[in-house]
Amino acid sequence: MMKVSSKLGFVAVACSLLMVGACSTTKKEAADTTPPSVTQNNNSMTSSIVPGSAEDLRVNVGDTVHFDYDQYAVRGEDQGTLQRQAAWLQKYPQVRVTIEGHADERGTREYNLALGARRANAVKEYLVSLGVPSGRVDTISYGKERPVCTESDESCWAENRRGVTTITSGATS
Amino acid sequence: MTRMSGWLLKIAGLLLLPLALSVPAAAQLHVDVTQGVMQPLPIAIPNFIAPGGGTGPSGADIAKVVRNDLASSGLFKSLDPASFIDPVRDINTPPNFGNWRVINAQALVTGQTAMQADGRLRVDFRLWDVYGEQQMVGLQYFTTPENWRRIAHLISDAIYERITGEKGYFDTRVVFISESGSALQRKKRLAVMDQDGANPIFLTRGDYLVLTPRFNPTAQMIAYMSYISGKPRVYMFDLESGRQEMLGNFPNMTFSPRFSPDGNKVVMTLEQNGNSDIYVMDLRNRSTVRLTTEPSIETSPSFSPDGTQIVFESDRGGSQQIYVMNADGSNPHRISYGEGRNGTPVWSPRGDLIAFTKQNGGAFRIGVMRPDGSGERVITDGWMDEGPTWAPNGRVLMFTRSARGGRGSQIWSVDISGHNLRRVPTPGDASDPAWSPLIQ
Repeated sequence: MMKVSSKLGFVAVACSLLMVGACSTTKKEAADTTPPSVTQNNNSMTSSIVPGSAEDLRVNVGDTVHFDYDQYAVRGEDQGTLQRQAAWLQKYPQVRVTIEGHADERGTREYNLALGARRANAVKEYLVSLGVPSGRVDTISYGKERPVCTESDESCWAENRRGVTTITSGATS
Repeated sequence: MTRMSGWLLKIAGLLLLPLALSVPAAAQLHVDVTQGVMQPLPIAIPNFIAPGGGTGPSGADIAKVVRNDLASSGLFKSLDPASFIDPVRDINTPPNFGNWRVINAQALVTGQTAMQADGRLRVDFRLWDVYGEQQMVGLQYFTTPENWRRIAHLISDAIYERITGEKGYFDTRVVFISESGSALQRKKRLAVMDQDGANPIFLTRGDYLVLTPRFNPTAQMIAYMSYISGKPRVYMFDLESGRQEMLGNFPNMTFSPRFSPDGNKVVMTLEQNGNSDIYVMDLRNRSTVRLTTEPSIETSPSFSPDGTQIVFESDRGGSQQIYVMNADGSNPHRISYGEGRNGTPVWSPRGDLIAFTKQNGGAFRIGVMRPDGSGERVITDGWMDEGPTWAPNGRVLMFTRSARGGRGSQIWSVDISGHNLRRVPTPGDASDPAWSPLIQ
């Protein structure tokens, strides 16, 4: 199972790399089209959110992606979020981020630290494949130590299996 | 041996084995403890007396610690002092054994305390065979009065060893993670305590996350994982000086440290680009050797007691399973073939077993198996039991038991037979216990 999933992980990363290589215009389009939508959100929803701020990233871009149980491949439905993050990071080139990798409680403590590192790294590789310099992206694993939901059921576990992009420095305040 | 009188034979009977007299006691007890003792041995431990007056630590307190130690092992039933009909007046003359047989005691412990002119505490004790009507152990200890609990634990160890043939484990400490706060904002602090929960000491304040502490062989150093710098790394804590230092200067996360049996090395996991592999660092010159190179997760390494092998977990075969390799990384081979996933292997200090966490059917339980993977037995039945640690005699395990819905973790202990499951008293919630060796 894990062998398959790790292959899936490689496949996903390889695909995104291919995308970048094969059609760098796609990447540019993403970079060009996303910021206006951010601005739109700013205008229509909450004018109090400062563009380039941590809140901007969290609310208007989306800072969190989720993972399947014991998997670390970026899911199809989360690729849009990471594409928006990459565009946002290119718009604010002074921002440095740390990707937090988290696991649900259904794993032993040390295994989950390793799994969280895999997830954080998968998010980082995805952002880097979209052109974000790897030097601007750190990773950290919290294993199962920092849940956002504490019920022992699938809905909570799904919330806790996540990668969160947090700002290390350079955000507009 | 004429000293192997009625009492020892009775114990052998109680501890289950109808054995020929020629069989060495150690062999009997090896089986006894693994099989579990269903009928604990009744032992009477009256309050220690203080013939010279009572200025030092209380003889009642010492006896209470001994009673609790022996009862907690599950091998002894500590009789209620209220049932005793013969007050101890002098420990240097044989007791009236009939008065102890009446209350069904098979063993009797008498003791006394005295303060020496030099300020030291002297404690004498004698272990008596009530049916054989003879003394089995007689020892005396000297120490500073504040150390009276350690004397009590040493007495417990002497009694346990004389009666079971196994080394005791009462004069030991446990390093663990003390937990407090809500499940979403858990505060975790590095802490140590005596194995019976006494003398808890907090070593960190809880303003950063700490995990998975482990003792070195002298119980003076603790290797653990800390987020103090904002980056998760393995640290060492020196209990004597209170100093902590990062172990090595690695670019990425280091975790799951354990000392080698000689204390000269730490084996741990280093993560790079999302891939976790096992490294060993020589503490004498800080040189580091990489032991695994697979693109899969390799973590939770633990040395064999002779230092020649390392058991670890890996998902290289598709799911988290247990492997053994030589200490230089050669000849890795899978040993766990039971159902589900198996992880957090820890080699027994005796070398005969590996304890681990089995994840199967939605539950996490503690199991033991031989180092070749045979003889697997699951010995707990919790929803989330993980991270076993061995008592130094290799007969008892502690582990973390967590409740559903983020309702906290506690430390529990269990015999390798699966009997005598007990919650270990801790100040509040607790996790990640690691048992010290016998303190020298």
